[in-house]
Amino acid sequence: MASMLLNSMRSCSVSHSWAMRFGARSLSATAPLQAQVQTKSKKTLARPGVKNIVLVEGVRTPFLLSGTTYVDLMPHDLARAALQGLLNRTGVPKDAVDYIIYGTVIQEVKTSNVAREAAMGAGFSDKIPAHTVTMACISSNQAMTSAVGLIAAGQCDAVVAGGVEFMSDVPIRHSRKMRKTMLSLNKAKTLGQKLSLIGSIRMAHLSPELPAVAEFSTAETMGHSADRLAAAFGVSRVEQDEFAVRSHSLAKKAQESGLLEDVISFKVPGRDIVSKDNGIRPSSMEQMAKLKPAFIKPHGTVTAANSSFLTDGASAVLIMSEEKALAMGYKPKAYLRDFVYVSQDPKDQLLLGPTYSTPKVLERAGLSMSDIDVFEFHEAFAGQIMANLKAMDSDWFAQTYMGRKSKVGTPSMDKFNLWGGSLSLGHPFGATGCRLVTTVAHRLKKEGGQYGLVAACAAGGQGHAMVIEAYPQ
Amino acid sequence: FAIVKGDVAVIRMNDPNSKVNTLSVQMQKEMIEVMGEVWADNAVNSAVLISSKPGCFIAGADINMIQACKDAEEVAKLSQEGQKMFEQVEKSPKPIVAAINGSCLGGGLEFAIACQYRVATKSKKTVLGTPEVMLGLLPGAGGTQRLPKMVGLPSAFDMMLTGRNIRADKAKKMGLVDHLVDPLGPGLKSPEERTIDYLEEIAIECARGIANKKIPLRKEKGRMQKIQDYIMSFELVRNQIYKTVHGKVMKQSKGLYPAPLKIIECVKTGVEQGPTAGYLAESQNFGQLAKTTESAALIGLYHGQVACKKNRFGTPEKEVKTLAILGAGLMGAGIAQVTVDKGVHTILKDTALAGLARGEQQVYKGLNDKTKKKSITSFQRDSILSNLTGQLDYKGFEKADMVIEAVFEDINIKHAVLKEVEAVVSPQCIFATNTSALPIKEIAAVSKRPEKVIGMHYFSPVDKMQLLEIITTDKTSKDTTASAVAVGLKQGKVIIVVGDGPGFYTTRCLAPMLAEAVRVLQEGVDPKKLDALTTNFGFPVGAATLADEVGIDVAAHVAEDLGKAFGSRFGGGNVDVLKTMVDLGFKGRKSGKGCYVYQPGSKVKEVNPEIGDILEKFKMAANPAVSSDSDVQYRLVSRFVNEAVLCLQEGILNNPLEGDIGAVFGLGFPPSHGGPFRFVDSFGADKLVEKMRRFEAVYGNQFTPCQLLLDHAKNSSKKFHK
Repeated sequence: MASMLLNSMRSCSVSHSWAMRFGARSLSATAPLQAQVQTKSKKTLARPGVKNIVLVEGVRTPFLLSGTTYVDLMPHDLARAALQGLLNRTGVPKDAVDYIIYGTVIQEVKTSNVAREAAMGAGFSDKIPAHTVTMACISSNQAMTSAVGLIAAGQCDAVVAGGVEFMSDVPIRHSRKMRKTMLSLNKAKTLGQKLSLIGSIRMAHLSPELPAVAEFSTAETMGHSADRLAAAFGVSRVEQDEFAVRSHSLAKKAQESGLLEDVISFKVPGRDIVSKDNGIRPSSMEQMAKLKPAFIKPHGTVTAANSSFLTDGASAVLIMSEEKALAMGYKPKAYLRDFVYVSQDPKDQLLLGPTYSTPKVLERAGLSMSDIDVFEFHEAFAGQIMANLKAMDSDWFAQTYMGRKSKVGTPSMDKFNLWGGSLSLGHPFGATGCRLVTTVAHRLKKEGGQYGLVAACAAGGQGHAMVIEAYPQ
Repeated sequence: FAIVKGDVAVIRMNDPNSKVNTLSVQMQKEMIEVMGEVWADNAVNSAVLISSKPGCFIAGADINMIQACKDAEEVAKLSQEGQKMFEQVEKSPKPIVAAINGSCLGGGLEFAIACQYRVATKSKKTVLGTPEVMLGLLPGAGGTQRLPKMVGLPSAFDMMLTGRNIRADKAKKMGLVDHLVDPLGPGLKSPEERTIDYLEEIAIECARGIANKKIPLRKEKGRMQKIQDYIMSFELVRNQIYKTVHGKVMKQSKGLYPAPLKIIECVKTGVEQGPTAGYLAESQNFGQLAKTTESAALIGLYHGQVACKKNRFGTPEKEVKTLAILGAGLMGAGIAQVTVDKGVHTILKDTALAGLARGEQQVYKGLNDKTKKKSITSFQRDSILSNLTGQLDYKGFEKADMVIEAVFEDINIKHAVLKEVEAVVSPQCIFATNTSALPIKEIAAVSKRPEKVIGMHYFSPVDKMQLLEIITTDKTSKDTTASAVAVGLKQGKVIIVVGDGPGFYTTRCLAPMLAEAVRVLQEGVDPKKLDALTTNFGFPVGAATLADEVGIDVAAHVAEDLGKAFGSRFGGGNVDVLKTMVDLGFKGRKSGKGCYVYQPGSKVKEVNPEIGDILEKFKMAANPAVSSDSDVQYRLVSRFVNEAVLCLQEGILNNPLEGDIGAVFGLGFPPSHGGPFRFVDSFGADKLVEKMRRFEAVYGNQFTPCQLLLDHAKNSSKKFHK
């Protein structure tokens, strides 16, 4: 809490109006804290000739453990709920949006363009085109940056981006042999042909094919890779458990203090109204220590408790050009500034996306690590976060694997994922990106910072980072 | 040795004088000292044995140490010392954990299985095995006694008799390894270093766990294991196994190799009469085997193979990054197969779409078979294939660093493609020709850049045959040779570099033997009998079958060409026998008929009934004085050997070692004899000359011993191999 106050104090010097708004809080702060107030004034990242693009609003459904309250829904139901939430909160006219983009990972085959199905169901005009993107855990980041691209190119002025993941139901297929037989059966003309095809079905054909949790290129599951990554960077089990406990307790605190204002209430058909994430479970280190490793047995360090869990959820953001937002009378939340995508070896560096993307995006924005006030990193595994932190702090790694002169340095933990993260809030693959960006915007506002950084890793050895700038109040 | 102590002592092995760790006298001595320290220190409860070398635990016993011994007794003593040391390890009051990363072979494996527990990395480099049999030896430090107890009789026999390498995951399933560790990627150290550290950390945990009795050393046996143990408790069953294994060995080795039989004997003695008798049998037999000619031959081949995996021409100025191959036939596609997976961009060019499709399919199939065997993933297969470009034109040849042509063996076609290629490639590009008999000089005659022309003779099937014969002309530059050798080494080949001449070395040695084989057939010996005679001598493939494999048309072609070049010395059988067969379409395996009839799916091959008529037509009377089974064998072999020695005499061969390697790896000369030169050394040049003189009296100059052979016959102290 002290650090939060500290950050709100800092805002005093940044913007006068902020000081006014948070005056009451500032007054309640203790004297020694006052001394640490940063006085450096930070420049804006606006550049001549580059359109200012803003985040107007961001919402999400509560993130629930898969198999709980959302269990009977379909992905587009969740996406629809997020879109409706966005409509309600912004009051944007249903035909004022130019385009809708959604990110998702495991696709429901019936609604493969889930963006379109959800948009129509949410009441958006059927004249608004919509498409779906997929880029593993950074799918909704891709949806957002695609929106930024459309606006920057002058093709659109207002775009809704979002993401959805529904792990309570995944497409389980018949085996390839069975599918082949069934498809031939469609074409079979005579009864004899049909019977002989049916007769060719063997017991083995009936075994179903589950969607692979493993990386296609390496056949390694992500948890296994995370465990190896943690070991490669010498991350201990205790470090991981501590980080997971931190994530859960910060999330709990944020939830209880009502900081998670991007969460909308959702009346689940046939069930209650859901208005809270249900995966936040702070527990003691002793309890954490009891768990057995989940992937590498028996000596691994990644457990169910220090990994993100399977989650259902959807998110949505409204992105506009600054002029359009102001013309429509909105008070934007933040500027979306530079962003990068990176990719590296999907075997041994699968989850090092943040390590690669952070220095790159900072360089592009002309910032250094210490300029950033708010960090929101996607927490796939506690071990993955710790490994990334160690990699970012290693000159050797920067020089040997990234072709950089020196390390970028580590984010200060006082600024890092202060409202919990994917480990505790949950991680609906396709929806997490929008949560990260919205959280940065909200935290910048609440804590009075100027710059925020989002970074995330994704399957396929890819990564992403984005710099977000507070909107002057 | 470095030793770090705590409650778990860590013993790190690192031989400072070598790239690999080997078991030597020195190491044994140090090991005993270190062990003594571990046992004496009361603070130490357990120990971890690990190598600091990435990619190698212990690669085996030092071969030179064994070879340096004067007699069998001395070797047997070495074996006993090894047994004693490992016995101490086995009976260690403090548990010892072997942490294995990289090759754990021979004596290294025997060391590991004497330890109480084994942790291994899943790295591709981690292999366990007992390759002693391939050197004509047996696991002489307790291996024949411990392995059967550890993995059961059938698996132990399989390991020791085939000598094959076992990967870590398979070893875990067999019970050879107790715990697996994943190799790590880059972290704060290089992957190799960090993986070793990680292995050590896990091994220490295991050692501590064993010392605290948290990790049980005796594993709960599965039901299958119990059933197997029960069955094995019957002497009758065990005897049946010994018998079956013995039968198999006899069938495959024709009794030419003593080591496998001794291995069976040692295992049997240990199981049936107890460890004391077993260990004694092991050390005695180890001593005897080490002094057999077979073992010397096999070890010679091993050294030769190592020597032929080095580039004695230095590093080429320019690395070959793009390799173009002309002709997508069996050979061309085979060369592409062994090139494309080494990260070299490979262009495969043919003149017809159908031929190109077949060639590309061959490359794909080769890789896909590897995915089926799980040695590579389907993703790796696809990414390897992305290095292959199939095409019908010369597009992109300007970027090629080397072109290997594998077109039809016809001097005019070869000339045509050489000119076409030189018109499109850069001046630095090397032109290699894959021919089995056409002299490179003649091919290079039309070249604008003869210094860039070289011969690269691959053997079919390219992905299986280890040998590559590189042929240089007087004009070939040293850098061109260095580059060709570098490419061959990258392709994983064992390389001999020979001078130019008709048939170079390998084809030239084979031709007289095949000519003799035809004569033997003409003299009324059945192809099956001919095959039996040659395989009984130790050739892996019989002479008649070999002709079918090579292709009767190719054999006819070569026989005619070399006949013209060398005259009557290459006579013997009538070339017309082969020509008639070709005219009738009996071109060997590829055409379905040759000496034998080949039916797809059928493993039993019958003698081609129509060949009898041809042989009848060309029948020659056999001279009973030189037609005993043994005489026929020596007629075949002596012509081969004499020609090989002549190649050395004429300077076609650079040294006898390459001659031995070329004959064994390219032509299947009996490995038990170690190659033609080692054969002369061990059999005795004088005895060979004596036999040849007897054959010469009947058949003439085909059996005239060459001067170098005569020199060796005269002076028994002259040896090809010191």
